[in-house]
Amino acid sequence: MLTSLLNQTAPTSTQNTAEPVVKVEGLNHYFGEGSLRRQVLFDINFVLHPGEIVLLTGPSGSGKTTLLTLLGALRSVQEGSLQVLGQELRGAKPSTLVQVRRKIGYIFQAHNLLRSLTSAQNVRMALELHNGLSPQESQRRAETMLAAVGLGDRVHYYPEQLSGGQKQRVAIARALVSHPKLVLADEPTASLDSRSGREVVTLMEKLAREQGCTILLVTHDNRILDIADRVLHMEDGRLESQPIA
Amino acid sequence: MSSLFSFIGRRIPLAWLQLMREKIRLLVALAGITFACILMFMQLGFQDSLLESAIRFHVALKGEIFLVSPQSNALIAMNTFSQRRLYQALGFEGVRAVSPVYLGFALWKNPETRRTRSIFVVGVDPSADLVDLPGLTPDELEEIKKADVVLFDRRSRSEFGPIAQWFEAGQEVVTEVGNRRVRVGGLFEMGATFGADGTILTSDLNFLRIFPQREPGLVDIGVVQLQPGVDPKPLLDQMRALLPEDVRVLSRAEFIDMERSYWEEGTAIGFIFGLGVAMGFIVGIVIVYQILYTDVSDHLAEYATLKAMGYTDTYLLGVVLQEALLLAVLGYIPAFALAVLLYDLTANATLLPIAMTFNRAMLVLGLTVSMCFISGAIAVRRLRAADPADIF
Repeated sequence: MLTSLLNQTAPTSTQNTAEPVVKVEGLNHYFGEGSLRRQVLFDINFVLHPGEIVLLTGPSGSGKTTLLTLLGALRSVQEGSLQVLGQELRGAKPSTLVQVRRKIGYIFQAHNLLRSLTSAQNVRMALELHNGLSPQESQRRAETMLAAVGLGDRVHYYPEQLSGGQKQRVAIARALVSHPKLVLADEPTASLDSRSGREVVTLMEKLAREQGCTILLVTHDNRILDIADRVLHMEDGRLESQPIA
Repeated sequence: MSSLFSFIGRRIPLAWLQLMREKIRLLVALAGITFACILMFMQLGFQDSLLESAIRFHVALKGEIFLVSPQSNALIAMNTFSQRRLYQALGFEGVRAVSPVYLGFALWKNPETRRTRSIFVVGVDPSADLVDLPGLTPDELEEIKKADVVLFDRRSRSEFGPIAQWFEAGQEVVTEVGNRRVRVGGLFEMGATFGADGTILTSDLNFLRIFPQREPGLVDIGVVQLQPGVDPKPLLDQMRALLPEDVRVLSRAEFIDMERSYWEEGTAIGFIFGLGVAMGFIVGIVIVYQILYTDVSDHLAEYATLKAMGYTDTYLLGVVLQEALLLAVLGYIPAFALAVLLYDLTANATLLPIAMTFNRAMLVLGLTVSMCFISGAIAVRRLRAADPADIF
């Protein structure tokens, strides 16, 4: 395990010279109003470099998901600076936030697939945000992507006909099909048994390495620490960078 | 707009697929919309039929200009005016003939059960070519020149007795109208109206025999027939200027309109049917709103996911409104078919002229679509809850 990590540090260090995918400086965040106002994020600073796989760990309520939703342009930045794919999100217009979201692949804790759509149609929903693909072409790409996650024979299945691991793999296909530069994953293994969880993470790693995209993965799951280039740890809304133990 | 109606394009038709996925809910929704549609169809149908039946006699009268008393509102509420006005009208250039029409209600005795019921009695000059009704022949008009002979509207309500069957079987049909013994000398077709359950047609002389208290010089309608090719418009103006105030001069359209507006505006009927349509409309809004609200609530996490992926609020708004539009169209189709069927049943049961018309079909379609859009517009407020930051 150590050797594999050492091998991976080489490409990472060369990529560090490139423009960072995410750059966070002095980020604070609060919930509530008036006397109920409570700070949940304290002076967060970090960067994510192209091609990195970074894990974000920490106990429940430490602010991991809040940080992730800020990065995903799902929440307005209140204080500090947050740049995602070169775009400053603080004070960004709602339409800019929508544009940024389209460049990010998001994988949720629950699979959140659309129940009324088949696997292929769910994946196509991500492709249709980017204009210019014919229905045939987007269907072809969706099917290729599903084959890549090992569901080539499940393209016409509805979510309710799939197992938990299969659903999460469709969600991964959906997040990665349009080749985003940044993938945000919120505990993607939480609802899976250890074997499917492992499979899902390995798959994410493999695809991310192939596409050269950056992954920030929020997790409680210690079993998957080995895929990470770096681990960030959060405690009470503060970030502490940890060397991999 | 393009994202509102993306189902037309080559995108995945999410609204359609979502509706089709929940078959039972879809059926319940469609049943509700269909019910509301049929309610509107029936109310509008009855109203049109009432107005249509009310003017049937007017349409059957052959004439270009009509004289009535200023106090007359409708066939069931006529006042008389002096016949002299009619002869004055004959003096205008271009007038070919004038003819009086007498109207009244009398009690008809059902010859089978001996029960009486109020019947509409029309008296016309049988030698004037005045009335154009199906089944009315010159021979029959000849027949009513005889004393105490009447023609019976075979589409009168059945409570007047099996007159048509008896007559066609060759049986002599004799009964009493008012206190006068009459014989049925023929049949014609007009149909019951909301004002009159049945009609008999007879000569002016026989009319005065049935209504001995009526003075022969006082008539209900004066029909003015013009020479071929004469424009009624200048004549109308001349007559209005020259005839005294105790008579109203109406064009054919105004004469028909007088009756129509009496029923539509002068009675509670227009209001009642309007209220019925409004009820259907509101019931429809409530049903569609319930369905769409539940649908949005059920898909909240999915919609939030779409937002997190970069779909706009407009797209989601479009999905809900498309669902509303699809529900409207899908609910309308069976309602249309059932309404045609119900019109048929109603027409047979009531002898009222009720049938599907293009205008009404379009009106109800428009009402249904706006009904579903209003519900959709209320239901989209629920979309605000689909906030990806709150859900994950």
